[in-house]
Amino acid sequence: MMWYFLMSDAFTFGAFLISYGSIRFSQNFWADPNVVFNALPGAGHKNLPLAFVSVMTFILIISSVTMVLGVHAGHKGDRKGVIKWLLWTILGGIAFLSCQAWEWHHLITGAHPVLADGKIEMIGQTMGGNPWGRLVDHSAAQQALAASPHEILVDLVHEYPKPGTNLAGIEKLDPQQLAGMIDLEHAHIREKGPIAFGGYFFGITGFHGFHVFSGVIINIVMLIMTWKGVFDRRGHYLMIEKAGLYWHFVDLVWVFVFLCFYLI
Amino acid sequence: MEHQQTPISPEMTFPQQHHSDEEFRRRIKRTTILLSVITVIELGIGLTIYTIHKGPDPSHLLVLMFKGMVCIMTLAKAYYIVSVFMHLGDEIRNMIMTVVVPLMLFIWFIAAFLWDGNSYKNLRNSYDKHFEEKKIEKKSGGGH
Repeated sequence: MMWYFLMSDAFTFGAFLISYGSIRFSQNFWADPNVVFNALPGAGHKNLPLAFVSVMTFILIISSVTMVLGVHAGHKGDRKGVIKWLLWTILGGIAFLSCQAWEWHHLITGAHPVLADGKIEMIGQTMGGNPWGRLVDHSAAQQALAASPHEILVDLVHEYPKPGTNLAGIEKLDPQQLAGMIDLEHAHIREKGPIAFGGYFFGITGFHGFHVFSGVIINIVMLIMTWKGVFDRRGHYLMIEKAGLYWHFVDLVWVFVFLCFYLI
Repeated sequence: MEHQQTPISPEMTFPQQHHSDEEFRRRIKRTTILLSVITVIELGIGLTIYTIHKGPDPSHLLVLMFKGMVCIMTLAKAYYIVSVFMHLGDEIRNMIMTVVVPLMLFIWFIAAFLWDGNSYKNLRNSYDKHFEEKKIEKKSGGGH
């Protein structure tokens, strides 16, 4: 029965991803994943496209392998082996969820400059908008800077100062001086991106993250049952087998989420 | 292992021929390495696409080809996960078919909906002037 549940779940995920694809195909412009996902914890503003998500992908692959080994230990009735491998798998699942939490936090709170209504705004990626639109050329950016509020300009100078700028006491300078101190080459001022991008990203990775979470819970339940010797009394470890199927499915879905959001 | 010929549960649908421990480990190791290598190649292609985009004159055909390659590799990964890790490959044939045949719907599903999205874009580009404007900006604005 597990297989038929997984098949129906595959259709659910498939429908989500296909509707994402459909919307994406209907737009003249879409966000470039290498621009969106370029951060690594502890690396500050460095531009590292795809680095963090490859860590997440490998965590999930490895946890899938430990699950296979756990299922195999179950076939042999090796209780200690099952416990050991289940623990590793749970650890992998928790590591993946932590990575995702960091990534979401970074996307939502990490504000980037966008040009909207002739002014510069600082926004993060949320369901209501995101800063991943087309790059704005320098003359338009200069014009927008002239119309932007003082505190935004101070922010921008702090984030993207021209080389050799003295940052002390810049709050007192007037807007024109501030605008001249911003390094537009590095500020990458963009238009607002396609609104649907945020919703699809958080919706689909969130749904997948929820699957990972429930997989971790299922594995913990299996761990406790193994610990108490329930499967030894039952004479077989088929439940571990089914939990394993679910866990591999979560890995399988990630392969496609990874493809649709991060690679293409 | 003769006594295991009768299934221990009605949900046990695969024949219980036991591979030796040795062979199992070899198979898992091979699959793990294969999946890792494919993933690394995919990441490499992702970065290649990134550099093409950054370059002065991005070739859309080249980008499209690389994206197609990544899609094929992902399907290969999915095949290995399902057939080895989830050992669907070891199940009896009819069982495999009941799972795989309904999934064939995806072929129509993907083609139809991407086609639909694309046609919506084309219609709007020809009839919605505001939408069309955005397309022109893209051509002059230098993109990424």
